[in-house]
Amino acid sequence: MTTQSQNKLPEPTPSAWQRFKDSNIGHSFIRDRVAQISFTIFLGYVIMALFAPLIAPFDPYDPNQIDIMNSELPPSWDAENGDEQFWLGTDAQGRDLWSTILYGTRISLTIGICAVLLQATIGIIIGLIAGYRGGRVDSLLMRFADVQLSFSTMMVAIIVLAIFQASFGTELYQELAMTMLILVIGIAEWPQYARTIRASVLAEKKKEYIDAARVMGLGPIRIMFRHILPNTLSPILVISTVQVANAIISEASLSFLGLGMPVSQPSLGSLISSGFEYIFSGAWWITVIPGVILVVLVLVMNMLGDWLRDVLNPKLYKG
Amino acid sequence: MALLEVKNLEVSFGLRSGEVKALRNISFNLDRGERLGLVGESGAGKSVLGFSILNLISRPGRISAGEIWFDGQNLANLSAEGIRAIRGNRISMIFQDPMMTLNPVLTIGQQMVECLQAHRKISFDAAKTIAVQKLKQVYIPSPETRFDQYPHELSGGMRQRIVIAIALLLDPDIIIADEPTTALDVTIQAEIMELMVELCERNNVALILITHDLGVVSQATQKTIVMYAGRIIEQGPTKEIINDAQHPYTQGLMNALPQMAIPGQRLNQIRGAMPPLQRIPTGCAFNPRCDYAEEACKRELPTFTRSGNCQVACHMVAAMRKAEQTQEGV
Amino acid sequence: MSQNQTENTTQPESLVQIRGLYKKFNISGDFLDQLKFKGGKIVREQEHVHAINGVSLDVHKGEALCVVGESGCGKSTVARTVMGLLTPSGGTISYRGERIDHLDDKALLPYRKKMQMIFQNPYASLNPRMTIGQTLEEPVRLHNPDWNAQQVRDKVHEVMFSVGIDPSWADRFAHEFSGGQRQRISIARALAVDPEFIVADEPISALDVSIQAQVLNLLMDAQEKRNLTYLFITHDLAVVEHFGTRVAVMYLGSLCELAPTKTLFATPRHPYTKALLSAIPRLQDDRPEPIKLTGEVPTPVNLPSGCVFHGRCPYVTDRCKQEIPKLITTSEGGQVACHAVEEGRI
Repeated sequence: MTTQSQNKLPEPTPSAWQRFKDSNIGHSFIRDRVAQISFTIFLGYVIMALFAPLIAPFDPYDPNQIDIMNSELPPSWDAENGDEQFWLGTDAQGRDLWSTILYGTRISLTIGICAVLLQATIGIIIGLIAGYRGGRVDSLLMRFADVQLSFSTMMVAIIVLAIFQASFGTELYQELAMTMLILVIGIAEWPQYARTIRASVLAEKKKEYIDAARVMGLGPIRIMFRHILPNTLSPILVISTVQVANAIISEASLSFLGLGMPVSQPSLGSLISSGFEYIFSGAWWITVIPGVILVVLVLVMNMLGDWLRDVLNPKLYKG
Repeated sequence: MALLEVKNLEVSFGLRSGEVKALRNISFNLDRGERLGLVGESGAGKSVLGFSILNLISRPGRISAGEIWFDGQNLANLSAEGIRAIRGNRISMIFQDPMMTLNPVLTIGQQMVECLQAHRKISFDAAKTIAVQKLKQVYIPSPETRFDQYPHELSGGMRQRIVIAIALLLDPDIIIADEPTTALDVTIQAEIMELMVELCERNNVALILITHDLGVVSQATQKTIVMYAGRIIEQGPTKEIINDAQHPYTQGLMNALPQMAIPGQRLNQIRGAMPPLQRIPTGCAFNPRCDYAEEACKRELPTFTRSGNCQVACHMVAAMRKAEQTQEGV
Repeated sequence: MSQNQTENTTQPESLVQIRGLYKKFNISGDFLDQLKFKGGKIVREQEHVHAINGVSLDVHKGEALCVVGESGCGKSTVARTVMGLLTPSGGTISYRGERIDHLDDKALLPYRKKMQMIFQNPYASLNPRMTIGQTLEEPVRLHNPDWNAQQVRDKVHEVMFSVGIDPSWADRFAHEFSGGQRQRISIARALAVDPEFIVADEPISALDVSIQAQVLNLLMDAQEKRNLTYLFITHDLAVVEHFGTRVAVMYLGSLCELAPTKTLFATPRHPYTKALLSAIPRLQDDRPEPIKLTGEVPTPVNLPSGCVFHGRCPYVTDRCKQEIPKLITTSEGGQVACHAVEEGRI
């Protein structure tokens, strides 16, 4: 019996690269110019963020490297006032804008990714339990999610951050700003994940391989994490890209309102905000350049998310 | 002249890995009122053939060669408008799942009237009269009430009857039925098949019955085409094929049925599985699974040999017929 | 008479006992959906699907008991309840005399090693994100925690080989295999823990004819080699005739007839069994006209009173409409639940 079935799959196991090229995602990526460009730009951002201390000519956190005399210098292509040292100019405190943007991108991306990791962890656990257990547990958890969703993220964040700032003082707040932002944005948006996961779990739970796992005698935790979770990764991946972009925007908005990162450790949002005061005095670059950087980052993430959704949605490519 | 004449039909699908031919060199005739069975396993191309007759193959598939003659027109290269005038009107189709034809948000009556009005200039009342009459023909009890009901209010068997009534609405010349009873229970299946045969006979409609069930074919059709890996391998009168199949694959299919074996004993299985379209072996596509395969089968594509009233594409059958003829000659 | 006596003396050992099994599903949705406004009052209404209504069955050691019936007759629900995937609403299920229907996951674990299941859809019954090797190792590891990696691997190779799948393909994913091969892998997974009882829920109905024969042969080989007992759920009577030791015919959640395969096919007693047998499409033309059943299958939400089959039965009397028939033993050695048979009318 073995000999006859052997001739059914003749080729050797393909290499990882070949598998990627043959998979839907790889095939689509090779054909899709927009996805390639978005991915390249996003990769650029990640490199900028990761290697910021190596790329940046100055350390914006080191007061010794800052000279107030250099404040509000325009970018270096402005031959009249520009300084070759600072190719994107300087901000109001005399920091090199390029270095500050590099560090800012690092902060924005960190907050975005960590907040989404937190959202995903809470959301996945709650979504898995709700979907797998069903019944009362499901109703309870989902109503809880509905309540959470009915408050807007910004509202929750503003209230929590403002209370924190008022009760513990600005100094402590500045120290803990990043952790606080991650916590607030992370906790405010978990229902997005929980709902998506729950829907996928309900679909997967009906499939026979789950019954097979139960018949085998596997416990619910192993079934949830080993069998169901890997099969819900596609929607998780799609919402994650979009959610990172959303979290970065939330952080930027909060910073713009003065509730985000302090001026001493600026994220892209707080940079925009700090430059906003000077935009009418002619120092447009402090606001506009980080603004463009932020918009492009959010744009490519959303485009990657759209592309992933198109590729991973079985209804679109199988129909 | 035959009602439908298919000549050297070839259908290709442009896939990532390259062009794949789902049908090759398909030729057959269908006479008025004749019932033809298309038999094969999944992947043999029988459904693709059904769809391609109505030019319903959608991208990335296309009819890449051949002709389909119906009523003096070649359906293979007819304009979209020309085809629409024929679809549902002169040739109609029945699917495996009745809900593929029925729209769940419209009543049975709305769907039937819409179908009639799309092809004929006719008032609502006249259309309703025709619709109710067709519902009676398929033995729907109290057709006037059913006319105003939604598909979900009916049982599976009843829905398939409605679909048959819709297929008959415009008095077509041909009905193409793609696995019409596979989704139904055995007792309902027998009823529906009987009904279809009766209606085809009474209205002189030709039927193309696509199925994997040899039992259904043997009871409902006069002519049978057996397909394997995109080609016709045997065609002829149903009785002859059922009682005296020539092609080793047809024989194998028949012998694999549980009723052909002694209860409790092993079944006569065909080894292996049908190759995917990308990897069809050279020569006779069946050769790796065939017990009689010889060198010639691996190299050359067999041509059709006449055997009784059947056409068989097999080297072994060809050799046997040749031997018989020379014997007769001596 | 003498035949009856010999049967009584060699009473076969029963492996699984199902007694008075009931299963109903609540389909009325949330608490809020259940509230209805009727006659000026808000009332809470619940609707149930009565999938199984008092089924008693014994699966004897070493046999292949086939359960047949049309869609919605509850045959799959019986299979899933026996395997503990569903909790019965009433009645008991015992394995070798021990009740297993109320046990929790932990207490069931030793029985999971004895009882395994094969599923209908080979495209859904294997986890798409796991390799075949991982799929097969999982049950072996779970049920033999003291085995080392080599022992586990050897076991996986052995079962893969025994179902005709090349063990060197263990690193491949399910989607790289054809439907027939996947069903073999699914069988291998069930065999991996060396069970003695296997529930097969329509294991071949999603496969092509030529592949069906291969899988059926594989199941029969496995039964012979491993001394297995099967509870085989199917709608295909031709398969039953070939494969089954005894046959149980179900209609709308109730057992109509239970008889040794030969007896049932030679002398069906219940009117529904007769209709079912006459409807099998046969290759030869020599069979009698199929018995036509009138009417539609009622929904299991509102069960008819009395005999569930009375609406479609040609021999119906007033008694059939009121009284639920009990299983009686027939002269041929089978059991049938029908008033007409009991009264000697048919």
